[in-house]
Amino acid sequence: MSENMKQNYLNHPKGIMSWLLTLDHKRIGLMYLVSGILFFFLGGLLALVMRFELAAPGNDIISNEIYNNAYTLHGAIMIFLFIIPAIPGALGNILLPLMVGAKDVAFPRLNLASFYIYSFGALFALYTIINGGVDTGWTFYTPYSTQSSSNVVPMTLGIFIIGFSSILTGLNFIATVHKMRIPGLTWYKLPLFVWALYGTSLVQITATPVLAITMVLLMLERFLGIGIFDPALGGDPVLYQHFFWFYSHPAVYIMILPAFGIISEIIPVHSRKKIWGYKFIAYSTLSIAFIGFLVWGHHMFTSGQSVFSQIVFSFITYFVGIPTGVKIFSWILTMYKGQVSFTPPMFYALAFLFLFTIGGLTGIFLGAVALDIHLHDTYFVVAHFHYVMQGGTIVAFLGGLHHWWPKSFGVMYNQTIANIAALGVFIGFNGTFFPQFLLGLRGMPRRYATYDEQFVELHSYSTFWSGILGISIFIAVMNLFWSFIKRNKVDPGSNPWGGMTLEWTHTSSPPHPHNFEEEPVLQHGPYDYDKVIVQKTYKK
Amino acid sequence: MLDRLTEFFFPKQVSTYASDIDSLYFFIFYSSVVLFFIVVFGMVYLSIKYRHRKGEELKLTSSKDHSNLLESMFFIIPLILVSITFVWGIRSYLKMVIVPDDAIEIKVTGQSWFWTFDYPDGGTTLNELVVPSNKPVKLVLSSKDVLHSFFIPVMRSKMDCLPNRYNIMWFDATKEGVYDIFCTEYCGTGHSQMGAKVIVMQPAQYEEWASELGSEDDDLPLDELGAKLYTKKACNTCHTLDGSALVGPSYLQTSQMWGQERVFDDGTSTVIDDNYIRSSILEPMTQIVAGYQGVMPTYQGLLSDRELDALIAFLKTLNEDSQI
Repeated sequence: MSENMKQNYLNHPKGIMSWLLTLDHKRIGLMYLVSGILFFFLGGLLALVMRFELAAPGNDIISNEIYNNAYTLHGAIMIFLFIIPAIPGALGNILLPLMVGAKDVAFPRLNLASFYIYSFGALFALYTIINGGVDTGWTFYTPYSTQSSSNVVPMTLGIFIIGFSSILTGLNFIATVHKMRIPGLTWYKLPLFVWALYGTSLVQITATPVLAITMVLLMLERFLGIGIFDPALGGDPVLYQHFFWFYSHPAVYIMILPAFGIISEIIPVHSRKKIWGYKFIAYSTLSIAFIGFLVWGHHMFTSGQSVFSQIVFSFITYFVGIPTGVKIFSWILTMYKGQVSFTPPMFYALAFLFLFTIGGLTGIFLGAVALDIHLHDTYFVVAHFHYVMQGGTIVAFLGGLHHWWPKSFGVMYNQTIANIAALGVFIGFNGTFFPQFLLGLRGMPRRYATYDEQFVELHSYSTFWSGILGISIFIAVMNLFWSFIKRNKVDPGSNPWGGMTLEWTHTSSPPHPHNFEEEPVLQHGPYDYDKVIVQKTYKK
Repeated sequence: MLDRLTEFFFPKQVSTYASDIDSLYFFIFYSSVVLFFIVVFGMVYLSIKYRHRKGEELKLTSSKDHSNLLESMFFIIPLILVSITFVWGIRSYLKMVIVPDDAIEIKVTGQSWFWTFDYPDGGTTLNELVVPSNKPVKLVLSSKDVLHSFFIPVMRSKMDCLPNRYNIMWFDATKEGVYDIFCTEYCGTGHSQMGAKVIVMQPAQYEEWASELGSEDDDLPLDELGAKLYTKKACNTCHTLDGSALVGPSYLQTSQMWGQERVFDDGTSTVIDDNYIRSSILEPMTQIVAGYQGVMPTYQGLLSDRELDALIAFLKTLNEDSQI
C-alpha cells in the first residue's frame, strides 16, 4: 500500500484548526452528523419524558407547563435541528461530490458558512432551553405565540437563522449537480440519491424564505404589534397558518425526499439488481417537490376555510399520494430476479417500506375532508406523521448511515448488533405508534398533558414500547460510533456491499482528502448489475 | 360484525352523519389493508425468493426494470381507489356543512380554559352543552382569546374557534346521553383540562330544561349553590379543593389563609376577605398571587351577585378548623 493510500480526509491534515476551518465537504458532513445526532438524542429524550408522563392519565411526573415545553422543544429540535439539516447536511455533504466525481461541492466556503450559520442558530435554540423553554408548539400558532411569556423570540430567531443555512446548502447542491459532474455523467446516469438531493434543494431554496418571512412577521408582531395576525388591529390569525404551512408542507418533502434517495441506493445495491423504473423515480421526485407546494390547506381543514378551498386542497393532496405509491412498488420490484442480501442497511430499507407504506396510506385517510374533520389534531395525526418522519425518514437515515459507514469512515460496525438493533427499532416503533392510530380514532386529542381514563390502556402500551424504541435507537447509533473506538478498520479498497456508484468504485475508504487521486472515468451506470459484476470486497 | 368493528375503532355514533363517515373510514381501511398486504407480501416473497444463498456466486442479474402492464396497474388501481375516496369524502363533507333550516342555534365561546354556551331563549351554561335529540343543532363558534377547537368525538365533528370570525358546525344527535367535548387546538397551560360535556335530552325534557335555565338554583342555600358553581363555572379547571396547586392557588389554601395577608407578584399584599375574593373573580389580573401566572379570565358578566356570594360562601366552608 502506497503512502498516499494511507492518507485520508480524516487523518490529513491534522489539528483542531484544520477541522474548524476545513473546506472539505466530508469533514463538514461529519460535523453535521455529530451535531445532528446530538440533537436527535436530545429530542428523543424529551419524547421519552412525554411518553412516561402519558403512561397514566394525571399529572404524574411533570406539570402541564413542563409537558407543553417538552412537546414544543421535541418538535422544534427534531424538525429544525435534526431532520431538515441532518440528512442533506451529513449524508448529502459527504456523498454528493463523491457521487458526481467532483473534488468538492461547488462553493466549499459557502458550505462551511452554512455549517456555522446552522450552529449559530442552534445556539439560540439551546439558549431557549436553558432560559426556560418555549410552550407554543413547534407550529407557533398565533395569537397564542404572540401572547405567550415563554421564549418565543429566541426560538423563532434560531429557526430564522437556520433557514439561511438550509437555503445556502440547497444553492450549493444545485450548483454542484449542474456544474460539477464528470464528463459522461449525464442526468440519467446520476445515482437517484443525487436526484433526491436535487429535488430537496429546489424545495429548500424556494420554500424556506417563506418560513423566514413568517418568523420575522411573528417577531415584529411581538415587538411592535404591527397587527398582521392580531384581530384587534384588523389582522388575521388564520393568515399565519397559511404562511406557516406554505413552508411547512413543502418542508415535509425536504424531510422525506432524501430518504427516498437513500432507499433508491440501498435496495439496488443490496439486491444487486438494476433499479425498477429509474426515470419514473427521478421525475416523480421533482413532481412531488412541485405538487408539495399546492397542498398546504390540508393542514387547515377545520380552520373554517371555504368549502371550495377544502375540496381543491383535498383533490390536489391525492396527486402526491399516487406517484409516491408507484415509487413503493418500484422499490419492491427492484428485488425481482436479484440477489438479495440481508445486511443491516437492507433491513432498514425493508423496515422503511413497511413503515412508510403505513405512513403513506394513513395520509389517504387524512386527505378525505369528511374523515379528516374527525381525525384532525388527534393522535391519528401524531401517529401518521411519525410513521412518515420517523418510520420513513429516520429509519432511512439509519439505513443510509449503515450503508455508507464503512465508505465514509473506513471502519465497520458489528453487523449482528446492527441487525438486532434494527429489529428493535422496527418492533419498538410499531409498538409505540400503532396504538396511537386507535387513540386518535377514538377521539384522543394531541398536545394533552393529561387525559381521560378511557385512553389509559393504549397510552400505557405506547409508553412501554417507546422505551424499547429509545433503547434500540441508542444501541444502533452507539454500535456505529463504537467502530471508531474499536478501530475495526476496513481495507481502503473495500467495497463491502458491491456498490456501483463512483464513491464505491473510484475512491478509497475513507476517501482521499481530494476525493479521487485522478479524475474518475465513468465505466457504467449507477445500477448496471445486468452488465458488470462488481465483487463484494470486505477485508479488515 | 361491522358494528363490533365500528365500536372497536370509534366512539359511539351519535350524529346523523357519523355512520357515513365511519363507512368512508372502513372503505379506505379495507382498501389500505389490501394494498398494504400486497406491498408486504411482495417485499417478503421477492426478498426471500431471490435471496443471495450461501456460497452462491455473484452473477449478472436481470436487466428487467419496467413493465408497462404492471406500472399502469399500479397507477390505475390506486387512482380508482382515491377517486372514490375523494368523491365520498366530499359528499360526506357537504352533509356536514349544509345546515338544515330548522336548526336551533347555540352560541359557543371558547376562552382559556372553558366553554360558554348561550341558548336561543336566553340563559347560559358553562362546560355543559345541553341539546335536544333528533333535532338539528347549529353551533356558532368563536373565541375570546387564543385559538381553540371544539371537538365532539361521538358526533365526528370539530371546528376551530377563532377570535375574529364565526365558524359554524351542526349536528343532529340521534341518541340521548352524556358525551365528551375536547379542545383540540393547543391553547396553553390548561389545554388538556379544557373539556366539557354535551348532554343530549329528549326534546320535551330539553324544552323543560331550557325554560327553567337560570332559575332552578334560586332556592338553594348559598354554600350549596357555590359548590355547584365551582364545577359548573369551571373553577375546578384551575383551582383544587385539596390544597394542591394547579394553574391557580387551591381554594382550600385560600380558605385556610382567611384573614391573613396574601402576597402578590408585584410585592404588594392584602388581607384575604370577602371583597378580595369578589375582586379576584371579577378582576383577576389586577392582583396576581406570587408564584402563579396571571392567566385567569374575568368572570364579569358571567356571574350574578348571588352567584358571587355563593362562591364566597362555599370557599369559606372549606376550612373546617375555623368558624368564620
